[in-house]
Amino acid sequence: MIGTVAQRGRWLAGLLLLASALLVPLGTGVGSVGLENLWPALWGDGTDPAARAMAWQIVWDIRLPRTLGAWCAGALLGLAGAVAQGLFRNPLADPYLLGSASGASLGVATALALMGGGAGMVGSAGGSAAAMVFSGHWLVRLGLTGAAFAGAVLAVLLTLALARGVQHTLRLLLAGVIVGVVLGAFTSLILLLSPDSLQAMQAFLLGSTGFVGWTSCVLMAGVWLLCVVAAWALSRVLDGLALGESTAHSLGLPLAPLRAALVAVLALATGTAVAQTGLIAFVGLAAPHLVRAVVKVPHGRLMGLASLMGAVLLAGADLLARGLIAPQELPVGVLTAVLGGGYLLWLMHRRTGPGGVL
Amino acid sequence: MKPTPVRRILWVVAIVVALGLLMAALARAQSLPTPPIVNGPPALAVQMTDDRGRVITLPRPPQRIVSLLPSLTETVCALDQCHRLVGVDRYSNWPETVTRLPQVGGGLDPNIEAIVALRPDVVLMATSSRALARLESLGVAVVALEPRSHADVQRVIGKLGQVLAVPDAQRVWRHIDAAVEAAAQSVPPAARGVRVYFEVNRGPYGAGASSFIGETLTRLGARNILPASLGPFPKLNPEFVVRADPDLIMVGARSMEGLTERPGWSNMRAVREQRLCVFPPEEADVLVRPGPRMAEGARIMARCLASKAAGNAGNAGKAGNAAKAPVAVRP
Repeated sequence: MIGTVAQRGRWLAGLLLLASALLVPLGTGVGSVGLENLWPALWGDGTDPAARAMAWQIVWDIRLPRTLGAWCAGALLGLAGAVAQGLFRNPLADPYLLGSASGASLGVATALALMGGGAGMVGSAGGSAAAMVFSGHWLVRLGLTGAAFAGAVLAVLLTLALARGVQHTLRLLLAGVIVGVVLGAFTSLILLLSPDSLQAMQAFLLGSTGFVGWTSCVLMAGVWLLCVVAAWALSRVLDGLALGESTAHSLGLPLAPLRAALVAVLALATGTAVAQTGLIAFVGLAAPHLVRAVVKVPHGRLMGLASLMGAVLLAGADLLARGLIAPQELPVGVLTAVLGGGYLLWLMHRRTGPGGVL
Repeated sequence: MKPTPVRRILWVVAIVVALGLLMAALARAQSLPTPPIVNGPPALAVQMTDDRGRVITLPRPPQRIVSLLPSLTETVCALDQCHRLVGVDRYSNWPETVTRLPQVGGGLDPNIEAIVALRPDVVLMATSSRALARLESLGVAVVALEPRSHADVQRVIGKLGQVLAVPDAQRVWRHIDAAVEAAAQSVPPAARGVRVYFEVNRGPYGAGASSFIGETLTRLGARNILPASLGPFPKLNPEFVVRADPDLIMVGARSMEGLTERPGWSNMRAVREQRLCVFPPEEADVLVRPGPRMAEGARIMARCLASKAAGNAGNAGKAGNAAKAPVAVRP
């Protein structure tokens, strides 16, 4: 292999940054109408100001935040995936492992049931007073995004409570699985009671970057910066853990609080991404593997690279989702699974054997 | 490792939750729409409260409308304002003219930039879509309406009349009301009190007595096997329907597939005696949309009642059924 590990890591980082830089202008050019249709309205002389304002709004207020938002959400998921896999020392770990996905789903389902059900009740004869009071409830005012975030964080909290702390990896994993299943059941129950929200829920489960605006974009970018810095500072724990729990102990690391902090990073990153874009599958699982397939680096750099990889993966998938059957759109989650999964499978087969990827 | 730092973890998570809620609240506060500037003569300005309870002010009656809900599309057209529609969702297919309009995705996954590109004065949509907040943050006026029951349909017609500045919008409701009444008159007395099961889709979800379909059935004199207490569209245990043994089953062609193969269903009287009304997709569309076509829906259901249930209703029918029941294998 050419070059040292550090050099290859730098190459990969450079490549991913270049891909990101290419994706952003491309992102402004793909949508229901191509940039070539907007171009005259943007720069041509004699177009009426309303058309120009509209074209400007589409490029600046819709496509750009959407592209950057997809990038940020992918970066958050990639980072969370790397943290989860390091924390659980399990290559199958993904960001949703601690129950955040099912928690977010439950939050959204509850908000939808209170909103949709509440509004319907007001008009119908059998409207219960409780539903009417509830429709002005804080959960409704919080909106779907807030409800998803609150649900995700509360689910992780519940997992921690059930696992009685973070010392035991296995207990944490099991608690996460249990919370996921139980909250999933509650979500189904709520949807059963208010079938009107079924379709809206489906849309959330598929994930979409179509509704990301500047506010959520900036929010995700801020959280990402925070999480990257925190994760990088905590990466020594993951390197220690990779050698086994007892070794990490003997290195004199204060494991429990550091692990708790990593769980907090994981929950924050995943919760933010899920709240803004819905459940986007596979990015968190695939991104760290894709990085590891190219270069073996310590966790500090792995997290940075996985983050970039996730970002490029999701931004690319978003671009394809918009462009492939324009003016219609594909669900972006479908594309991330196909792209990430396909590439991962190819890598796996190419490198099977001693020293293989997985 | 004896001391469990659970308390510390809880603190960290609590702070994270608090931060998250703060951010969500900030995001929410920022995305609140700025009221549109009224620059026309104030007399023309339209002000109304939509189904979220939000007061919508439009500088003048909207001329460019995007509708993201088929029943709202149909209501706009029933008010003779079809020409003001500039875009619809992919499920809107009536009247035929709207199929030639640009489609902007589904009601729940609309294409935001396609909507903005149409430069609508107002977007009509359901309350439960994530797209709503996004459109409002882009400065697009949104009126959210949620027709579910007969009373809702009447209310929505009034609200849309208000938004579109159409005088006497309630004539559309009076038309629906009269048509349902006429359909009820056309049902022969023998078919009154017939016990009906209306399946909405293969869940199986049925139309309960409190749904708009159930309300129409009640007005037609039929009895619903799903009481109002079950809610408008309950998901059923198939066994419930077998036990209730309806006189008549109404079902769309799409969910008819495999219906008779459900355990026990082939022995139900309605199935044995072929008292099933299977609606082709166009008719099923009419029946499941709470809008102006409820008038036609009532006629379709009345026709079904008249043709399939006459003479077999309720208790009077029981004896008849016994006589008419297909004779089992003769020895």
